[in-house]
Amino acid sequence: MSPLDLFAHPLGRLSLDALPFWEMVQDPSRTNVINGLIGTGAASLVGIGAVLSIVLITRSRMWGVLWNDWLTSPDHKKIGIMYVVLAFVMLSRALIEALLMRTQQAFGLGGGFLSPDHFAQLFSTHGTIMIFFMAMPFLTGMINYVMPLQIGARDVAFPVLNSISLGLTAAGAALVMISLCLGTFSTGGWFGYPPYTEATFSPGVGPDYWIWSLSLASLGSTFSGINFAVTIYKARAPGMTLMRMPLFSWTALCTSILMIFAMPPLTVATAQLALDRYLGFHFFTNELGGNMMHFANLFWLFGHPEVYILILPAFGVYSEVISTFSSKMLFGYRTLVMATMAIAILSFTVWLHHFFTMGQSANINAAFGIASMLIGIPTGVKIYDWMATMFRGRIRFTVPMIYSIGFMLLFVLGGMSGILLADPGIDYQVHNSVFLVAHFHNVAVPGLLFGMIAAYHYWFPKAFGFRLDEGLGRASAFCWIIGFMLAFFPLYALGLMGMPRRTVAYSDARYVPLEGVALVGAALVVVAVGLLIAQLWVSIRQREANHVFAGDPWDGRSLEWSVSAPPPEYNFAAIPVVTDRDAFTLAKEAGTAFHRLDAYEDIVVPKNSAMGPVVGIVGFVLAFGLVWQIGWITLLALTVAIAAMIVRGFARNTSRIICAAQVQVEHLRWLDAVTAAMPVTRANERSPLNDGLAGREPDRITL
Amino acid sequence: MSEPIHADAAQDERRELHSYLNGAGFALILTLVPFALVHWHALSRSNLLIAIGAFALVQICVHFRFFLHISFSHQREDLQLVLFSALLLGIMVAGTVWIMASLAQRMGMT
Amino acid sequence: MSRPGAKYPGLNLTSAHGADDAEAENLMFGFWVFLMSDAILFGMVFGSYATSLNATAGGPGPHQLFDINSAFIETLLLLVSSTTFGMASLALKYKHGTWRLIAWLTATLLLGVVFLGFELHDFSAMLAKGGGPGRSGYLSAFFGLVPLHGLHVLGGCIWLLCLVGQIARYGLDTAVKIGVMRLALFWHFLDIVWVAIFSVVYLAGLT
Repeated sequence: MSPLDLFAHPLGRLSLDALPFWEMVQDPSRTNVINGLIGTGAASLVGIGAVLSIVLITRSRMWGVLWNDWLTSPDHKKIGIMYVVLAFVMLSRALIEALLMRTQQAFGLGGGFLSPDHFAQLFSTHGTIMIFFMAMPFLTGMINYVMPLQIGARDVAFPVLNSISLGLTAAGAALVMISLCLGTFSTGGWFGYPPYTEATFSPGVGPDYWIWSLSLASLGSTFSGINFAVTIYKARAPGMTLMRMPLFSWTALCTSILMIFAMPPLTVATAQLALDRYLGFHFFTNELGGNMMHFANLFWLFGHPEVYILILPAFGVYSEVISTFSSKMLFGYRTLVMATMAIAILSFTVWLHHFFTMGQSANINAAFGIASMLIGIPTGVKIYDWMATMFRGRIRFTVPMIYSIGFMLLFVLGGMSGILLADPGIDYQVHNSVFLVAHFHNVAVPGLLFGMIAAYHYWFPKAFGFRLDEGLGRASAFCWIIGFMLAFFPLYALGLMGMPRRTVAYSDARYVPLEGVALVGAALVVVAVGLLIAQLWVSIRQREANHVFAGDPWDGRSLEWSVSAPPPEYNFAAIPVVTDRDAFTLAKEAGTAFHRLDAYEDIVVPKNSAMGPVVGIVGFVLAFGLVWQIGWITLLALTVAIAAMIVRGFARNTSRIICAAQVQVEHLRWLDAVTAAMPVTRANERSPLNDGLAGREPDRITL
Repeated sequence: MSEPIHADAAQDERRELHSYLNGAGFALILTLVPFALVHWHALSRSNLLIAIGAFALVQICVHFRFFLHISFSHQREDLQLVLFSALLLGIMVAGTVWIMASLAQRMGMT
Repeated sequence: MSRPGAKYPGLNLTSAHGADDAEAENLMFGFWVFLMSDAILFGMVFGSYATSLNATAGGPGPHQLFDINSAFIETLLLLVSSTTFGMASLALKYKHGTWRLIAWLTATLLLGVVFLGFELHDFSAMLAKGGGPGRSGYLSAFFGLVPLHGLHVLGGCIWLLCLVGQIARYGLDTAVKIGVMRLALFWHFLDIVWVAIFSVVYLAGLT
């Protein structure tokens, strides 16, 4: 029977046993019932969530708004917000999975309550979601929103491609969500090593869900990388040389370069695995010349630059936040830029440290180990630059600043454990133990996640026109910091005590108290997220009091603060001319920040396009057809995808004009608000007195 | 309708036409030689492999220069991008070959 | 060759094309960046091939399966097609009219299709000799590489047809010009990949 025979069947390999409760009903053993209930509960949440969303949107008659103002919009600001929304939704799911795993491991001495198969799915989805459907959308969304404003552009270089990238990412996320309802997810972890994930050992749909959701997401990310790189190269405002760009835009540039060059190895690895599984190729099989080690090599050629894709935007955020809330120009701009570029290049030279133990010679291990240690140097340079920025600054402990300080203290520890791991001799002892799990969470959570949450707090007023509640934000930040420490520091000890990663159960009673502490930490993190949700709710209700329409609530230094909050669709009534770094601070000091224009011009913006949602839906359907081997769905989706691209090629008249009169009206309305606004001192910036106009207070003397 | 686009157009066009034709000519030679060398086993195996590699690299440069108009003289951005990509590609492929060769040797894979 | 003021890779339109020249800049650069990511993709697939040379698992290898004559003909077909596309680019830039452009594009398309025909014949001959992708890791790597290039060529042919359709519908407007210029980059890029394929796969395999 050829591997493709199933494609001929109208439902492929989809049948009743794909339902989460089927096994429980067929064989109600204690394990099956517990795991079946959890699985069915999760699937129900997906179903309820979908139904609830549809009902709410229908009742408030928002389908038109949703389609016209959001889903088909080519506006980078809208697309950025949708990316961040996606990230928060997926963060919630992945955190619940983390809590489940922590609970299981707290009770792991007695075997716990989760079956090994269920636990394996949990750690696989947790990792896959956190990396591809939480972190990547979060940072892509932030770069999308902020970068064009920072460089004085009206939009990214390819707005419709931007929308398509979002569609592809959302399709991948939807595929991972539907795996809760139909079938099971991969049990091979977030990097899916063969031959375990080959058809011989994992004949089910799990690895296929993993392969296709990653393929969709990685295609979206490649396009985003191209988009951002071209935007930064070609669309900067006049006078904004690369060395006058804000640091966040610099890190966006390096991140996009990494996206462009790091995604292809992943595409190749997953495509080759798919060829093995679907067409009986022998890239990674045990027999007939397959070489499983080549998968590890390919995957980590992607995987290492990927983690630098995750961290560089966060570094950019910290540069902005620390500079703004220290009321001081960023220290060592040039070294920060060089460090960012060095990290970007070096990230392509260290990938082997993810598989020191695979069996290559000591010389190779040594070479890559040295390279891995070298990459710690530019990161250290950045930490010193940030500390020097804070030194003798007028520091305000806003929520983003609290996250930044937490980051500087905690991330350095994670980085140091990384330097330990970079030594192959040490790595042999702790490879695949929870020491490693502690390390990468120690860099990812205080690094990436704190950075993104800080960015959310920092730029939320710009995007929505009102500030977030400060008290709940602080409470959440402290819960995150303490929760993270409790959840992950014990894992360093556990790893040194020999506990392997991905273990559903264990027999060493010494682990139990440490696992207990970790569980408390995980629970605290869930509380932290709850506080974030509460903060959003409260802030929306109090938005009238906290309006900052004038657009500069924090006495910002870069161009995104020089427009209203929220900005007009076209970002700038007139593209600014830049003469130095911290362009907006210069303008404020020179008194030119809020000028009327002598003349207003028509502005050309791209028209809405259905390509984004169409590609997303078609991508999802195609992937679903491939997972379940439903031939007609696969062919149909493929045909529609190609047809859509061809039709789009024939599109003309893809832009519309915003007339000068409208631009003038909006610009004057904003300037009037600025005139009417009360300038706010830094002491009062977190009170309702803040209308978005910063008072002129002197910075400390810069070093 | 066939008309020149400006006064020097005919001259520019002739120059660019020659560029394409010269490029095609060089590429043809750089193709014929390695095929001939292999067909007639003119060199030892390792020398043959080196020759094939060298001719391929030169022909790729010919394509870049004559067909894609990427050269050292004008705006450097596209050249910078090509060189950067080549650098990364080199690191990734060379690293792969080094690692996989070491693994193959240590695990007795013929 | 000194070309002052070249804005983007490939053949640059001149000021005689007015605003089209400036508008092309972002699209051409963006497409060039995409081609670089595609180059990395091919590079990784080449890496798989190069490290699978010994994984023949007792099955047939290059000497049993490759036809040097066919490889030679395919190489010439692609080289000539690159030249005909160059002629098409010149016809576009120097405004020699729609028909000349379409004629050169059609020639390119025909050469591309014949190339694909030869490749399909090669693959079916290999399959007939038991040299299919499921036979060994080496053959999986071969079939992961060479048909990948063929699929790209197929994509290029379809794109070319779409462009001809757009010319028929809209004439030589800005979008069509930039489309032809991007396809030119794509086509030349694929010829470069083929140089690597015939060298690394066919010639090296047959030494």
